[in-house]
Amino acid sequence: MLLIHCPHCQEHRDEEEFSYGGEAHIVRPLEPDALNDQEWGDYLFFRTNSRGIHHEMWYHAVGCRRYFNATRNTVTYEILETYKTGTQPTITGANS
Amino acid sequence: MSQFRSINRLPTHTGAAIDFTFNGKAYQGIAGDTLASALLANGVDVVGRSFKYARPRGIFGHGAEEPNGIIQLGSGAGTIPNLKATQVELYQGLEASSVNGWPSVNVDVMGIVGALGRLMPPGFYYKTFMYPKKLWMTYEHFIRKAAGLGATPVEADPDSYDRLNQHCDVLVVGAGPAGLLAAREAARTGARVIIADEQSEFGGSLLASKQSIDGIKAAHWLASLVAELKAYSNVQLLPRSTVFGYYDHNFLTVLERRTDHLGLTSAHQVRQRVHRVRAAQVVLATGAFERPLVFAHNDIPGVMLASSVSTYVNRYGVAPGNKLVLFTTNDNAYQTALDWHQTGRDVVAVIDSRSNPSGDIVAAIKAQGIDVIAGHGLIEAQGNKRVKRALIAPINAAGTEVTGAVRTLNCDLIACSGGWSPAVHLSSHTGAKPVWDESIVGFRPGESKQQERSAGACRGTFDLAGCLAEGANAGAEAAKLSGYGEGNTQFPVCAVEEYKEQPQQALFLVPHTKSTSRAPSQFVDFQLDVSASAIELAVREGFESVEHVKRYTALGFGTDQGKLGNINGMAILANALDQSIAETGTTIFRPSYTPTTFGAIAGRDVNNLFDPERYTAMHRWHLDQGAEFENVGQWKRPWYFPQSGESMQDAVNREGLAVRNSVGILDATTLGKIDIQGPDAAEFITRMYTNSYLKLAPGKCRYGVMLKEDGMIFDDGVCACLGENHYLMFTTTGGAAGVLAWLELWQQTEWPELKVYFTSVTDHWTTATVTGPNARKVMAKVCSDIDLSNEAFSFMDWRDGTVAGIVARIFRISFTGELSYEVNVPAHYGRHIWEALIAAGEEFNITPYGTETMHVLRAEKGFIIVGQDTDGSMTPADMNMDWVVGKKKTFSFIGKRSLQRSDMLRENRKQLVGLKTLQAKDVLPEGAQVVFDAKQTIPMSMQGHVTSSYYSSSLGHSIALAVVKGGHSRLGQIVHCPLADGRTIAAEIVSSVFYDPKGERHHV
Repeated sequence: MLLIHCPHCQEHRDEEEFSYGGEAHIVRPLEPDALNDQEWGDYLFFRTNSRGIHHEMWYHAVGCRRYFNATRNTVTYEILETYKTGTQPTITGANS
Repeated sequence: MSQFRSINRLPTHTGAAIDFTFNGKAYQGIAGDTLASALLANGVDVVGRSFKYARPRGIFGHGAEEPNGIIQLGSGAGTIPNLKATQVELYQGLEASSVNGWPSVNVDVMGIVGALGRLMPPGFYYKTFMYPKKLWMTYEHFIRKAAGLGATPVEADPDSYDRLNQHCDVLVVGAGPAGLLAAREAARTGARVIIADEQSEFGGSLLASKQSIDGIKAAHWLASLVAELKAYSNVQLLPRSTVFGYYDHNFLTVLERRTDHLGLTSAHQVRQRVHRVRAAQVVLATGAFERPLVFAHNDIPGVMLASSVSTYVNRYGVAPGNKLVLFTTNDNAYQTALDWHQTGRDVVAVIDSRSNPSGDIVAAIKAQGIDVIAGHGLIEAQGNKRVKRALIAPINAAGTEVTGAVRTLNCDLIACSGGWSPAVHLSSHTGAKPVWDESIVGFRPGESKQQERSAGACRGTFDLAGCLAEGANAGAEAAKLSGYGEGNTQFPVCAVEEYKEQPQQALFLVPHTKSTSRAPSQFVDFQLDVSASAIELAVREGFESVEHVKRYTALGFGTDQGKLGNINGMAILANALDQSIAETGTTIFRPSYTPTTFGAIAGRDVNNLFDPERYTAMHRWHLDQGAEFENVGQWKRPWYFPQSGESMQDAVNREGLAVRNSVGILDATTLGKIDIQGPDAAEFITRMYTNSYLKLAPGKCRYGVMLKEDGMIFDDGVCACLGENHYLMFTTTGGAAGVLAWLELWQQTEWPELKVYFTSVTDHWTTATVTGPNARKVMAKVCSDIDLSNEAFSFMDWRDGTVAGIVARIFRISFTGELSYEVNVPAHYGRHIWEALIAAGEEFNITPYGTETMHVLRAEKGFIIVGQDTDGSMTPADMNMDWVVGKKKTFSFIGKRSLQRSDMLRENRKQLVGLKTLQAKDVLPEGAQVVFDAKQTIPMSMQGHVTSSYYSSSLGHSIALAVVKGGHSRLGQIVHCPLADGRTIAAEIVSSVFYDPKGERHHV
């Protein structure tokens, strides 16, 4: 079970307080109607599925109810950092 | 106290007598015994039958590694299967039986299979029983029954279990010499320490040791050290506690057996407890397992591990035999010959595979006049249900072949030692890959993946002085890294007598005069009957990967997880593949370290505490009326209100007619409610729903559908404008939490510039829905400050007012198609308002109705239920709800673009329609498949399925909603629903709105 530092609560809490939010830093296209089906499909369905460094969203569902981002190693499950939505990670891998 | 003395009990060892039974026969043991030591004391040789060949098996080890003594403890509700006799503490009245062996361990009809062993190579079951494929299930049933793996209890568990979340700075796993010193050093720094050990007493190997530490006997040294640890307030000692899993981020699970040693069930105490420990630092001091030697018929009862023989002699006062032959590849095991010699029993000989053993202890043995036969192997044990003879022969220096004449030694006990294998299991749980080390002939723990270090025998350090020193250092280091102390040890180094030892020999398969494939079985994994020849055969059949060989031969698959057999098996595999052990590698150990009961894992999360239950303020009233309940999410909702003698269908028919003809009342409290405020609230809500809320005025409501970004319906409900920048959003009962998270997601991550805030107010309000043609008359009796006329208070309006003296918010929205008032009051007034409405409605025979009638009424109107009529692949157009999609919305609401994807525009998408069965009384089962051609041969082309289906008392016939390919253009066509019982029901595709298609009744 992961131990996750919520950057809003400023505390390490157990994984069961959180829910997973999928890959982070995916920007919703400003004009969806200008995209063709393939481009829209890429936005909707395709993710990097990184091995190693991965930036992802977490939701402190039974805590502060805030979303934030984590940089996690998908091989070791080590969480290298957590940071607030709207800010950038300080740790990046080749795939990110 | 009886004068009973078990045949193998040493006179030096005494204790209170304990009566127990094994396989129905009565025995006596003494206090401090395990079931295994008591059975050995009583001369019980056969404790089980092997899994595949049903060979007789006896106690082989003394701890978690035991492969043979697998027993069923007790009977009835509290019974536990698959325990190891070596780990079960004896208590008065204990009942145990072998899990294998039918009709008994001594007369086993499956024994005939054992005689046919040669005909059952690895993969035998796959090769023999796979064809015809159809019959596999039949075969498997018999194979499992014959093999026997213990019986699960069929009654509810009478015991209680619980769970404790713990945090500590240093968790020490194992209380042998290394673990104890680690705990002491960490304790001294002030760190919070937990030390857990699976045995009843702390001490590990010292419990059976005759060595001295600091000049005093190990047992006394141990007692004072444990007392010292107990004196620290920052140390928690957990005996009888197995650390069975090491998970991410230093989260470990510990199974504490609190009352198992007292009896089968415990009415007033917690039987087992799982400690869920989050540790800053971990010290693994889990020790090592002695490795058996693989020789022919090494599985006959009377063959044991050398250290186990010593343990039974020194710790339990049990000498399991009379004439011992010790077979070893190392100096360490000579201690067993010394221990045996001191019992006054006969050491026939020590067989040493090395050509010239000359360590200190070898000299000591020779000085006792014990025969040491060097350069020999014990190549075969003989006997049936007990060892009678050992065959020995000279072997070459490499240990690969017999080089001389075979001699026979008469004996009834063979102790063997092939060296020690570090217990790297927990380190392996973390993902650390064990590393082969030739110098210790074993796998050491791999590079740490977490905040942990190994110390002592589990790290490959086998001498006592080394274990003590490593433990102390590890404890100091762990404490420092968790923020305590300087990392240096505080206590003086323990003085231990040192022996000069010679290197051991790596001997994984003892040669026989015959080739491995011809020799009598040389067992590697006792529990699953995997022999050396089976591994070699697997290689001949083309298996190369250790993981594949493991699965093909079942090596290490038993409940002992190959604690004894794995290293020998991998070495034999490596040899057959002509590669090194390092190249071959090892399989991965995963939790649980030893089997764990489901009771302990479930803890208190059983029965009423399995899941939280949510009740509305009127719950007691519903109970008093005899309502039947339905679970909706965690809510308990009244399902229907049967009157005396009524069936469910009778009740639902009556409730539905009451609503249509007069007035009904529904507890609608459970609908999700989210309070939304902020200057950008309207803009935000408009982006989330398919329709616009920008022009919704205070006092007005609007129905909306929410899509996921892929265009699929996700939730629906009414949203009301409460005032400027203030809205109340209703969600489905089950979808409330998901919708709130969804709103937060978009506001926080995509549009943080929108000023809008969300609060869940589901629990703040109680809702009573008054619905039916007489609803206004009922409301008029309890509400005088709102003009209830249709002109002043129209459909889709809401008003503030007072109902029965309580401040209320009333919504004119309708899920029945009738004139409806949804009365919301602060939650605690729920019962009051409910009873007031019931009293007011009495003259109209106001009828409480439940969720079943609610479903029928809404289905009559063709109103969908998200999650029942939709399944995550339905768009508004599929549901014939294009009217709810705002075509002119300027902003691209969530899911909008997806509605134009080519797949959404496909003509034969499944679309919502009504189905009217040709026979009015036929009610289709929900989930029934829809086909166009009833005569088509199987497999038929499935064209859709029934999503909702009821009998409508108002209409006098059955109604169903279904999704059918291209359904919107098939009105009037006849479709067929073939059912599992062989019937086929024909139905006509009709509009999904069965009742009041023009919607006139709710506008009155």
